[in-house]
Amino acid sequence: MKVPAIALLLPFIALNVPARDDTSKISLQQVAPGIYVHQGIHELPDRHNRGEIANIGFIVGQRCVAVIDTGGSPDQGRALKKAVESITTTPICYVINTHVHPDHIYGNIAFKQPGVSFIGHHKLAEAMAMRAPFYREKAERDLGFGLETENFVPPDHPVRDTLVLELGARALVLKAHRTAHTDSDLSIYDARTKTLWLADLLFMGHLPVIDGSLNGWLATIEELRKIDAELAIPGHGPVSADWPEALEPEERYLKTLQSEIRAFIKDGRTMEDAMANVGLSARGDWQLFDEFHKRNISTAFAELEWEDE
Amino acid sequence: MKRSKTFSNGLWIALAYLLALTGFAFAAGEEEAAWNGGLRQKFFGDRPIEEGNQIVELTAPYRAEDPALVPIQISSKIPQTKDRFIKTVTLIIDNNPVPFSGIFHFTPESGKADLAMRVRVNAYTHIRAIAETNDGKLYMNKAFVKASGGCSAPIGTDLEAAMARMGKMKFKLDNEKAVLRQPNLAQLLISHPNITGLQMDQLTRMIKPAHFVEEVKVSFNDKPVLTAQTDIAISADPNFRFYFVPETAGELKAEIRDNKGNRFSASQTVTP
Repeated sequence: MKVPAIALLLPFIALNVPARDDTSKISLQQVAPGIYVHQGIHELPDRHNRGEIANIGFIVGQRCVAVIDTGGSPDQGRALKKAVESITTTPICYVINTHVHPDHIYGNIAFKQPGVSFIGHHKLAEAMAMRAPFYREKAERDLGFGLETENFVPPDHPVRDTLVLELGARALVLKAHRTAHTDSDLSIYDARTKTLWLADLLFMGHLPVIDGSLNGWLATIEELRKIDAELAIPGHGPVSADWPEALEPEERYLKTLQSEIRAFIKDGRTMEDAMANVGLSARGDWQLFDEFHKRNISTAFAELEWEDE
Repeated sequence: MKRSKTFSNGLWIALAYLLALTGFAFAAGEEEAAWNGGLRQKFFGDRPIEEGNQIVELTAPYRAEDPALVPIQISSKIPQTKDRFIKTVTLIIDNNPVPFSGIFHFTPESGKADLAMRVRVNAYTHIRAIAETNDGKLYMNKAFVKASGGCSAPIGTDLEAAMARMGKMKFKLDNEKAVLRQPNLAQLLISHPNITGLQMDQLTRMIKPAHFVEEVKVSFNDKPVLTAQTDIAISADPNFRFYFVPETAGELKAEIRDNKGNRFSASQTVTP
């Protein structure tokens, strides 16, 4: 097993940033020099957790800080911003949204100010626009807070293929992927520490959720595997994990879905049948399996029915 | 004495009436509000409707996994014969923005008036299948489904690919070789985004105009097997399962039309 040198050199420092008001508290761990991650929880978004379930954080350079995902609520965004300010005096220049899902973008509004550029996949703005009305209704119903149009801060800089962000003695390579977990997935690579921030392209512990394309996700995993990294940061799971071993459970799950559903389709079996019978052997390996597995099957089934066209 | 007794009787009757009313309201609940409050009248007027599963049975998941892709089945309890057959099945989803989801016309040549498809469900609701037999009688079976947002759910992530593929169709037959003079199960897959017209783009404040399959005609050797008028509740990439009875080898043909007037067709050779 490859041991990440960085992980050995650095103790994982848990920082509880002192609160200036009752909402602003967020725990962060430094997983590599200058890379701070808040660990989310394996729960469905609800009124109690206010949708604050994903791993989010930031990377500090000499000149600039890049925030990576802003959290599941405006409050969590504000808490993250205060945490950044208490850890470093380096200004926040960039907010990177790894994809369109609410648990990664609802804190955006907290960072919107002159001098801060928002960066995302070239399809992110459209994805936000198309989903916002639906997401606002859902937030009101499930999370217990209202959102305005302004909460959906679209990227100022769309990434079509790759983009290099210079933070000062630290360059981040942002890559826009094909439709995989969603149609707006962006990964971030920090060459200095060989850390690959994958967000929801990598699920660990929490069942992977397909809201894009099963085939696209598996193809993306093939490409990601070639990246020379030592550490990966998942969107749901531990704050960091060894690379590329971290990919294995997710890939195994997605491949099982793919092969079993293909067999069902070939045999003329139905979506309902597949939803009841595909991939059940993986049940013990994942949290939130019952919440997302059947839906994954229906999404994948609808995709694979047309994969030869 | 007498007066007070009458009074108290009256009171009790009033109370009982009230109780009956509220009792009824609780029993039927809000779940029947849309149906009793107009849908029934609109689609079937004052015609009697027998409720139960003696003619058709509707199966749907109690909790939808994906509200935009809810698989449902309608199974018929009588064979399609020349003398007695199910003429139509109307599908109503009470609490959808457009409750009318489709009407499906069958013939004796259908063999069996069974149907399966995937629908969008926008709110907790009853889904109803109302069958009309050739003698003009109506039979209803319903299922309650917990789901929300199926009609306003964002359009599938790959709209470009969906538009490029629009109009492609394929048949899938249950068996490679058809069984003559018996009901054979067939599946029709239609590639169409079936846009509901309820999905808004917040940036432009534009609603993507509704664009959906409005008519499906399936025939075998030019004899109608299944003819349907459908609406926005049918999920993207409509998928219908149904039966047909081939008397000889022949051609299964599908012709569809969407609300923008696009027409597509596809056919499949059937051999015993």
